[in-house]
Amino acid sequence: MFAFAVKRILQAVVVMLIISFIGFAIKHNFGDPVRELVGERVTPAERAEIREKLGLNDPFMTQYVRFLGNALHGDLGQSYFYKKSATDVIIKKAPATLELVFCSALIIILLSVPLGIYAAIKPKKWFSRFVMGSSIVGVSMPVFLTAILLIYIFSVELHWLPSFGRGDTVQLFGFWDSGLLTIDGLRHLIMPSIALSSIMLPLFIRLIRSEMMEVLESEYVKYAWAKGIKPRRVWWVHAFKNTLLPVITVGGVQLGIMVAFTILTETVFQWQGMGSMFIESVERSDTSLMVAYLVFVGMVFVLVNTAVDIIYGLVNPTVRVAGRK
Amino acid sequence: MRTKWQRFKESYMLYSFLRDPVALGSFIILAVLVISAFGAPIVAPHNPYDSTTIDIMDAQIAPAWSDGGSSKFLLGTDAQGRDILSTMLYGMRVSLIIGIGAVCLQAFIGIIVGLLSGYVRRLDNILMRVADVQLSFSTYMVAIFIGAIIQTAFGVAGYDRVAVPLLIVVIGLAEWPQYARTVRASVLAERRKEYVEAARVIGLSRTRIMWRHILPNTLSPVLVISTVQVANAIMSEAALSFLGLGMPVNKPSLGSLITAGFEYIFSGSWWITIFPGILLVSLILVINLLGDWVRDFLNPKLYKG
Repeated sequence: MFAFAVKRILQAVVVMLIISFIGFAIKHNFGDPVRELVGERVTPAERAEIREKLGLNDPFMTQYVRFLGNALHGDLGQSYFYKKSATDVIIKKAPATLELVFCSALIIILLSVPLGIYAAIKPKKWFSRFVMGSSIVGVSMPVFLTAILLIYIFSVELHWLPSFGRGDTVQLFGFWDSGLLTIDGLRHLIMPSIALSSIMLPLFIRLIRSEMMEVLESEYVKYAWAKGIKPRRVWWVHAFKNTLLPVITVGGVQLGIMVAFTILTETVFQWQGMGSMFIESVERSDTSLMVAYLVFVGMVFVLVNTAVDIIYGLVNPTVRVAGRK
Repeated sequence: MRTKWQRFKESYMLYSFLRDPVALGSFIILAVLVISAFGAPIVAPHNPYDSTTIDIMDAQIAPAWSDGGSSKFLLGTDAQGRDILSTMLYGMRVSLIIGIGAVCLQAFIGIIVGLLSGYVRRLDNILMRVADVQLSFSTYMVAIFIGAIIQTAFGVAGYDRVAVPLLIVVIGLAEWPQYARTVRASVLAERRKEYVEAARVIGLSRTRIMWRHILPNTLSPVLVISTVQVANAIMSEAALSFLGLGMPVNKPSLGSLITAGFEYIFSGSWWITIFPGILLVSLILVINLLGDWVRDFLNPKLYKG
């Protein structure tokens, strides 16, 4: 197990190095930090002096190593647009995105488990057919279109819910702007989190259903039936527990997709999170902030995937053996 | 000797296809959509690219059946006075071209990588690691990043001119690991079979075995994922266009039509967004349904559920 964990962590480090290298190469080639810092009205001589002072004339690898060293200390450079540290900008925006992802995950878990299990236990009932039918429509629906439809129905036509922004927020621990504690904030959260969960929910329902159906066919479940155990206990204790493992693995991997979809959802709802910040930084060609986001998101992915793999290795020893070549 | 057509007519595939109303219905809808998309210059009532026929006075006319609608424009007009139906047809053509092009590129890269890593042991580890890492980042994320980088590199003005091939490259590069994994898995299964051993005994070269013997036998799973991948590629393109990283508004795809209409939804001009949206969803839906059928038919055990 130890060897497996070490191997996974080493892999994670290599991946992070590659991501930071790509990020730095982008930053190095596009955008001119000197012009962004001082504007156009500076003489070429002064400009060259600033370049020298910032170390922009050093060889590529020297600059990369410096970038890496700074990144390890949490310094991902200056945002050209905000004129402050990119890390600060990201930390300021992160709570909004995290709250959104949290609420969507909650919706997904609370709905997909009962629906998936129901569709597996009673596949012939009309309600299961309805769930499966709408799940394939759900898979075919781009997340931004769901968001637009929600806005049209609930904001434009019915005037029930606000269509953009986060509403009132409360500051927690000095930096965390939370929308979860005010009624207005919660009202603003409803539509974005439904929209964000709409893409994963059908996938999870289908996944849980198919895993559950497979488990229900297995020998030990048949044996449990033969023993005369109550249906409820067979479904929840015997069958459902064993469908959880694949669901958790897939869930970990889906986190990446979730982050990608926050970019879309946040753009539609003008949600002031990391996703809309990223798109704005692309529009403003704020390369520095863009790269900072790339490295930050890359780090989150790598951390989560490594953690999921290691946990999975703990729970399911066969993975470790297969992984050891 | 029966002709291919006769063999096809008597095949089980056609029989089970005609027996499945969902598959048949989706196929008919898809055929209608594809024909009207590629026949857009003939089918469409107006030409949205021809600026002489567009009148700004016609802007934001409601669909023909509602108040303020005009019989000249069946589904209404957008903010620039273009006929929605025509722009949708032209837009669907752009979406389809990008989707199919991207899938061809993905399949090309994926099949080569999959074959190499399935047949050449030394390359296997590194190629599959790359694919794993890229997949763990999700194809959307990769596509958005590559799109963003390219846009920064070209600038917005330069981007517009080369948008179609660029989007094909972006989506192709983002989604090849799916193919690579599928092909690799079936290469690993095929290479143990006797016909491969027989070919090796005859003394054929590795390249020949790889391309002429193993490749044709790995193509059925490739076909299975291809249909679904086309739907995915169209969806990715729409998402990229929605973020402003895709097709420009003057040469719209379905995604950029939806984006362009989004601003006007608050003033009540819902048709500019909703109709392209419905078209996009139905296009993706029928492709997915067909994909499900192909999957169940060719390889009932490949996926579950």
